[in-house]
Amino acid sequence: MQPLVKITALTKQFGHLTAVDHLSFSVEPASVYGFLGQNGAGKSTTIRMLTGLIMPTSGEIEIFGLSLAKHKKEILQQIGAVIEKPDVYQYLSAYDNLQLFARLSGIRPTRISLMDQLAQVGLAERAKDKVAGFSQGMKQRLGIAIALVHQPQLIILDEPTNGLDPQGIADIRHLIIHLRTEMKKTVIVSSHLLSEIEQVATQLLIIHKGKKVKEGNASELFDPAKTVVQLSTERNDTAWAVLQNSVWQPYLERITPEGIILKVDRRQIPALHQSLVQLQIPLISLQPRHSLEDYFLQVTTPGYVDTLSN
Amino acid sequence: MWTLFQIEVYKIFRRPRTYIAFAAITGLIGIIQFGLKLDGEQYVEFMMRDITSSITIEGNILNGYQVCYIVLQVLLVHVPLLIALVAADMISGEANMGTLRLLLTKPISRDAFLVAKFMATMVYTLLLLIWLAILALFLNMLIFGTDDLFLLKSSYVVLLRENDIFWRYCGAFAFAALAMSTVAALGFLLSLFANNSIGPIVATMSIIVFLTILSTLNIPLFSYVKPYLFTTHMIGWKEFFDIKVNASNEALSGTIQHPMRIIQSALVLLAHIVLFLVVSIWVFRKKDILS
Repeated sequence: MQPLVKITALTKQFGHLTAVDHLSFSVEPASVYGFLGQNGAGKSTTIRMLTGLIMPTSGEIEIFGLSLAKHKKEILQQIGAVIEKPDVYQYLSAYDNLQLFARLSGIRPTRISLMDQLAQVGLAERAKDKVAGFSQGMKQRLGIAIALVHQPQLIILDEPTNGLDPQGIADIRHLIIHLRTEMKKTVIVSSHLLSEIEQVATQLLIIHKGKKVKEGNASELFDPAKTVVQLSTERNDTAWAVLQNSVWQPYLERITPEGIILKVDRRQIPALHQSLVQLQIPLISLQPRHSLEDYFLQVTTPGYVDTLSN
Repeated sequence: MWTLFQIEVYKIFRRPRTYIAFAAITGLIGIIQFGLKLDGEQYVEFMMRDITSSITIEGNILNGYQVCYIVLQVLLVHVPLLIALVAADMISGEANMGTLRLLLTKPISRDAFLVAKFMATMVYTLLLLIWLAILALFLNMLIFGTDDLFLLKSSYVVLLRENDIFWRYCGAFAFAALAMSTVAALGFLLSLFANNSIGPIVATMSIIVFLTILSTLNIPLFSYVKPYLFTTHMIGWKEFFDIKVNASNEALSGTIQHPMRIIQSALVLLAHIVLFLVVSIWVFRKKDILS
């Protein structure tokens, strides 16, 4: 199957700073491509290059089989994007904003279809209200309605959950899944939060300092055998001694002021919990450290687990 | 392109900031009209104090045409600031709001987008000048009536007959529109270099003040550059009120003393507008949208 997006040796330099460094990846149709990296990793710069906001220093961007440099207008007709914050015109209503951007996208939708779009993102009742009075979540939903108003094939969402409450985050997650499964759209979504991306992405790319670190599907990337677990007890030193004389000894990594670090298979965590109870270790918390930072450093920095103790 | 232009005009006139300039002009002209209506006679006496001993003047000196001239002399110095309020915000304001990146992810060419914005800025400038003309000329004609226009120049006096004035104002306002469009084009260009509108507005005004000082300084060194400064030509509207005289020193109705000066100034202003637009397009084509 021909990829919908094909990026080859994409590079962007701002003066002496190389924000994106020979990055290559491809996105399959009807997939959700998760784009992961810490702040400043080059995610937004890459996404801005994909949408024509930033000119690449070198490299090639092909979308729908066309070169972005040569066919920008045709390509952008089939792209809907929300880049960082969903900023719209504060002095216009939600309806007016949607209508304005629909016209810019080359369509003249009817009032009914615009109201339908607003209803889909839960803003129909606030259609005539000025955006200045909207919450961040409502603005985000309006931004998504604007991105989808012209029925694009490819949707690009840059940090779509920034500033949202848990319900808003869940709504975005459901929307992304809906776009892929029900509407057969291709979605590129960037985030620095692994927990969000892993729930929706069919394919993942991790970048650091503008370079590709790892690419693959979620099950390939998140090797359950490498889950780092931190447990905290009332007496960590006593617990450490007890665990050293148990079946968990091979999994022990280090004791830290915050707790005991183990590296176990994720599926072993319930058994570990049961053992702690049986060994009469008074447990305060047991948590898999699954943040992007941990995971990211785990896959990029040899001996990263040791550094957790410092 | 037409859709883009319509959208830009729509956005300009939906912004509250746009109406600051219209309100300011209305307020200022209102104050001048109020003052002259109440205390106009004293003002005329003060204006004529040096010549009343040598000539006798009859009629309605403080008529609508006279008041309009006073208003233009006062206001056309300050209107550039009102123009800059909107023109210097055209791109920087979008960058500040974050809407620039959303706009440019839509299937529109950057050139078309920029030209549409530029044209919308020109429409705003033109409408502001039309509003100025309505209040300063037509309203004053209604309030103060019409008569001959008596102008005191630095070393001579000009008397324009009542039937020889209106067309001069039409020309003067058209020229002022061109001069203000030059200011708008400068503000528009500067708005490309910032992510908030304060910087470009201040920069536009600073450049105008700086170049105006250069234009008015009588230092030989600067005389070489003066003809090329747009600020030198911005007061060209006054040329419409200088009349030709014959060998007997009689005024020739329907004439302008130095028509070539007007044409020359208009061409210099037009050249600046084109230059600012071309540079804007060139800069915007290469601009990375980081806001």
